[in-house]
Amino acid sequence: MKIKNGSIVLDDVDLNILEALQENAKQTYTEIGRKLGIAHSTVYDRIRKMETYGIIKKYTTIIDIERIGLKNVTAVMTIFTDPKQSEKVARKISEFPQVLEVYTSLSEELLIIAKVVADDQESLHSFIANQVAPLPGVLRIRTSIVTKKFKEGIFPLSGNSISKVKFINSRFKIGEEINE
Amino acid sequence: MNRQAIERILRRVPRENAFYFFTSIGNYTGENAASLEEFLEKLKTVNSKSLEFHLYRGDFERWIAETLEDKELAERIGKIRSSSLLGEKIRERLYSIVKERHRELKGFF
Repeated sequence: MKIKNGSIVLDDVDLNILEALQENAKQTYTEIGRKLGIAHSTVYDRIRKMETYGIIKKYTTIIDIERIGLKNVTAVMTIFTDPKQSEKVARKISEFPQVLEVYTSLSEELLIIAKVVADDQESLHSFIANQVAPLPGVLRIRTSIVTKKFKEGIFPLSGNSISKVKFINSRFKIGEEINE
Repeated sequence: MNRQAIERILRRVPRENAFYFFTSIGNYTGENAASLEEFLEKLKTVNSKSLEFHLYRGDFERWIAETLEDKELAERIGKIRSSSLLGEKIRERLYSIVKERHRELKGFF
């Protein structure tokens, strides 16, 4: 990892370490080093730097909710908004713990797409009716309840056209090739 | 019924306490009503699927009894449920009941 003109530039070693961590974040520095053919101290230094600069945001655990018997409902909400208020709506929605992901999208109208979880369909409806629909700027909402999950992935670093990833002012810019 | 109680039923409620019309779980039509008068107006135009959805869940009764605090109207609406009406028939019946009640309340003044 280098800092060049105020930008953070990741090299192949950093990307390979990130990929290894995405696969299994419980691996030791030695195990990662062995796989990548580098010293464990290098792995340690790179990880520390990437943590310091916020490239590695956090380490978490993916739980198979169904296996522990917690029944729940997952839904994808498409919220049609007044363009002037959509940013505010997206920020507000992001504050709710039952909302897992929030995106804005520009198609014919400005949309907010959000992934939501709830204990059951009734609590899902109650959340949307009492917390989301009343937000100023919400024009209408379409909700699709997920019936079966086929895949839940993470951002693929390998096999991607990104050979290098550049950070400007600590804000991720994906897909930007660095010409050195 | 005293004047204060009637004024309370006919008042405009804050946005977060308005009635939001949905056609099914999580599908908001974009229509809402923040007073009995507005509710009556929306009954004329809102998608009939929405009327079916809320009637049989008891949402209209709940909002009218708990938010507008008109137990009498809530009871009258509750009786439509047992008649198993669908679509436009619900609209006609519901509109006539709410309109009648609105007229009664306004008539107190």
